[in-house]
Amino acid sequence: MSTLKVNTIQDTTGNDALTIDSSGNVTASQGFVPSTQLSHRNLIINGAMQVAQRGTSTTSANTAGYHEGPDRMRRSESQLGSATFTREQSTDAPEGFSYSLKETTTTVSAGYASEAYRPLNIRIEGQNLQHLAWGTSAAKSITFSFWVKSSVTGTYSMTFLSYDSSDNTDIITNTYTISSANTWEYKTVTISGNTNANIRNTNESGLDIQWCAGSGSDYTSTDSTSWGDLATEGYHYGQTANVCGTLNATWQITGVQLEVGSVATPFEHRSYGEELARCKRYYEVLGRGGDWTGDRAYNHSSRIVNLPYWAVEKRADPSVTVYSNYGVSGSMSGYSSGTENAVTAVSDPSRYSVGRFITLTNSITQPHIGYFVADSEL
Amino acid sequence: MNEMNITSAQYIADEGTNVSVKATIDGTEMFVPLDPANRHYAEIMSQVEAGTLTIQEAE
Repeated sequence: MSTLKVNTIQDTTGNDALTIDSSGNVTASQGFVPSTQLSHRNLIINGAMQVAQRGTSTTSANTAGYHEGPDRMRRSESQLGSATFTREQSTDAPEGFSYSLKETTTTVSAGYASEAYRPLNIRIEGQNLQHLAWGTSAAKSITFSFWVKSSVTGTYSMTFLSYDSSDNTDIITNTYTISSANTWEYKTVTISGNTNANIRNTNESGLDIQWCAGSGSDYTSTDSTSWGDLATEGYHYGQTANVCGTLNATWQITGVQLEVGSVATPFEHRSYGEELARCKRYYEVLGRGGDWTGDRAYNHSSRIVNLPYWAVEKRADPSVTVYSNYGVSGSMSGYSSGTENAVTAVSDPSRYSVGRFITLTNSITQPHIGYFVADSEL
Repeated sequence: MNEMNITSAQYIADEGTNVSVKATIDGTEMFVPLDPANRHYAEIMSQVEAGTLTIQEAE
């Protein structure tokens, strides 16, 4: 270790290149060329858990899928017998953050060998990962950084699945350790680039990241710390902590960042509006609060036409759920009467608009109010 | 183990052509496009292929 004390570094022609003032501020006089990008480094959407379009909390059981709580944060398939959890967008967060994702165990699992608890699963479109150059000798490493807090200390596994253009799945795992219970800890996990297989260049999932919080021995028996073909025996290699084994045990996370390279940089904060727009590519609620009123087609007595466009084009054609002005699923309500009129069809839901038309059960004698939910998640 | 609980599925047709599937998935009725990149449609077709789900013809 040595120390160099200077206040100016010049180029070979004697021009100042770097100057350092008495406060330690560094000025690059002739431009600055970073080896990694300065903005848009974070490949994770909603990593600060700001956006929660589905609602802030849920009493969901051990089911997989996108539950209420922060957008884009999926719970992966769980096989936990009777174990159940709640999920919420919590205001308990480390300094510099306002929210976290929090899961709490509400029913304890008996602890079978074939069980695994994966409270968080993030999927990224393959077309957004092509700059990693996986499948080539120039494959780039990636680094995760995040803040995590749990009532259960121990070693936790992270699983990375990559999908190539031949629909094959590769796996690699890594671990992090929670040292102090109920304390926010900053963790970084670096994964080597996969030289064996590319990432499919499509709007489908190219990389699937899973945080494990409890696993039976069926998933921990094979070393999966190097890239290889998917084998479930190594799915959560290294996992020893078990959050689902203790009633009211908690696991929280925020500040999730994924970037190219082997060094974690400070979290790239983005505005709420920017994160919301990104989230809406995958999930959007349009017209809630009576903002959208539609009327019938001139040539069909029970069809609503001129359906609205989504605020953001979707990843793929979305599944559409229609709600009345009163929040009744599968229905629209009369503008004057308030009478519910059940939806029998939405024709051609698309990534651009709700669809071509909606068919209602009863003839339309007045405009109808409703709102729409689009789901185009991975 | 299926990731989604699909309790009903029926094609929606317009002028004789199927344009979407009306399905009840995890207790919510939704209209699913015929897009293989849609996760609900992919799961419906997966369960159909496995013989655990049948899509009813359009009315």
